[in-house]
Amino acid sequence: MATATLEPKDVPETRPALRHTLGFEQPLAKLEAQVQELEALQSNKRLDYTAEIRQLRNNYTSLLKKTYENLTPWETVQVARHPQRPQFRDYIDLFCREFREIHGDRRFADDKAIVAGLARLGGHKVMLIGHHKGRDTKEKIACNFGCAHPEGYRKALRCMKLAEKFGLPVVTLVDTAGAYPGIGSEERGVAEAIAVNMMEMSRLRTPIVSVVTGEGGSGGAIGIAVADKVAMMEHAWYSVISPEGCSGILWKGSENAPDAAAALKLTSRDLKQIGIIDTAIPEPLGGAHRDPHTAAHSLEQYISKTLRDLKRCKIENLLERRYEKFRNLGIYLEKGARASARAG
Amino acid sequence: MAESITPPTTSKTEGVPAGLWMRCPDCGDMLFKKVVDENLLVCPACQYHFRVGARARMNQLCDEGTFEELFSDIEPVDPLEFVDKKAYADRIKSEQFKSKEKDALLSGRGFIKGRPLVLAVMDPNFMMGSMGSVVGEKLTRSIELAAEELLPLVIVSCSGGARMQESTLSLMQMAKTSAALGRLDDAGCLFISLLTDPTTGGVTASFSMLGDFIIAEPKALIGFAGPRTIWNTIKQELPEGFQRSEFLRDKGFVDFIVHRKDLRSEIARLIDYCGK
Repeated sequence: MATATLEPKDVPETRPALRHTLGFEQPLAKLEAQVQELEALQSNKRLDYTAEIRQLRNNYTSLLKKTYENLTPWETVQVARHPQRPQFRDYIDLFCREFREIHGDRRFADDKAIVAGLARLGGHKVMLIGHHKGRDTKEKIACNFGCAHPEGYRKALRCMKLAEKFGLPVVTLVDTAGAYPGIGSEERGVAEAIAVNMMEMSRLRTPIVSVVTGEGGSGGAIGIAVADKVAMMEHAWYSVISPEGCSGILWKGSENAPDAAAALKLTSRDLKQIGIIDTAIPEPLGGAHRDPHTAAHSLEQYISKTLRDLKRCKIENLLERRYEKFRNLGIYLEKGARASARAG
Repeated sequence: MAESITPPTTSKTEGVPAGLWMRCPDCGDMLFKKVVDENLLVCPACQYHFRVGARARMNQLCDEGTFEELFSDIEPVDPLEFVDKKAYADRIKSEQFKSKEKDALLSGRGFIKGRPLVLAVMDPNFMMGSMGSVVGEKLTRSIELAAEELLPLVIVSCSGGARMQESTLSLMQMAKTSAALGRLDDAGCLFISLLTDPTTGGVTASFSMLGDFIIAEPKALIGFAGPRTIWNTIKQELPEGFQRSEFLRDKGFVDFIVHRKDLRSEIARLIDYCGK
């Protein structure tokens, strides 16, 4: 059998047949299908297509590389929303040795859109908090697709306060299209919950690391992302509004979402350049959904190393730097002073 | 979420018309403009509170001649080269021409009934009071000034939310102003947040909701997601008076509602109880 000669490493993906294909991935899917077809022929009819398969795989890999190195902002948004992109609970399974979930805000309810708990991660004991969108329909509905209500933000803050009290660093993973827009959410003060979280995080006396792993939608994202270090996974997006929302308001229709995505400068590359994030964490070739293990490993490495660095700092210095970090964000012109203040 | 709020129509704001008459959008009465102006831009018939531009608001609030403008040299730029149907750079120019202001916030020192304080007022006449880098920076400097000199701070919100044209930079202003208010709180200073029509999106979800006291003018629209966004999401009828001042007071998020004519004495009262 010729299959033995095929190195699994040649192919970055594991279960192509089960993977959801994004619109711009169609040419890749075609190549994958061809490879599978030849493989089937080879094993069924005992014909040798080794050379052809190798060629197709090379083509596939170079096309994958080319596609993912040149993603448009709108394509990035789609990758960030890929149904098989690893989510909070996936990352827990992939890199936490232990996770003790904590429920509820002790005010109203337990919001499943934000998960929080004690975790062991790369040798650190941490308070791990993040949005979870849900993986199947039932879970998605329970989680409101990762759109949190005020009780989610209040649960997050309660857990951060616990972390502060007991000297545990806080790690937050952001993945939300935005806070939930609905009657209950407004009635129970989602704006107040987000505002209080930002203020309290800015002066929380313990190290904080935040990573936007998928979608970083507006106030719903920054409500748990005021941190000493802020990073994004390579194909995540982070913006003041979703491209659809922006298109609806400025272009008066949702069909200009791709234009809005480009205008909003929401990719990790752009945000690193403007100075809004500290680090863009590289994803495996073809995105985290092709190889969740590698993505989780990179994420875990980043968090572990950053926590090691932050733990070495005196808390007073850390708080001063955290304040200055956000204090210096903003680009404007000031006559008479420095010609132009810019993002830190 | 940055929200879509209908830009102020001429019938709703100051600086209306060349004409002498205006119509109250609430009760429909024809009003003599001069009378409305003298009545602090409140409809004498039904008490509808018209939107007030930042300078007019500052004049209404401060003792005459005491307002000293600060941080007025800060101007917007177009850091992301943002273009929608119109380039942001051009939008800035036309909004500046129209409003005669550099951006959507007026800040400085003043006195209210003889009590010194720091004030920052958002301006609905400039891009619907939206918050970008300039608004965030001027707010933060005002907050820091109040903390440094241990003065009471009043911020008047009137805004559609974070400014989309500065994208994530606008989002960061929410964290920046909230962090500054954390320090003001640590310094033990009084912060009075006054919410006026409309206060929505990223402005509500940051400094506006962090007041030691949160006051609202009657019937102001106050919320996070705009009514249209909510309707689009849940396709459900919204309750009567949803996201109005009175609704927020009943839900526990606004301390009290104050008629425009009583704002000065209410602020003075709070300063007497809680000011340093």
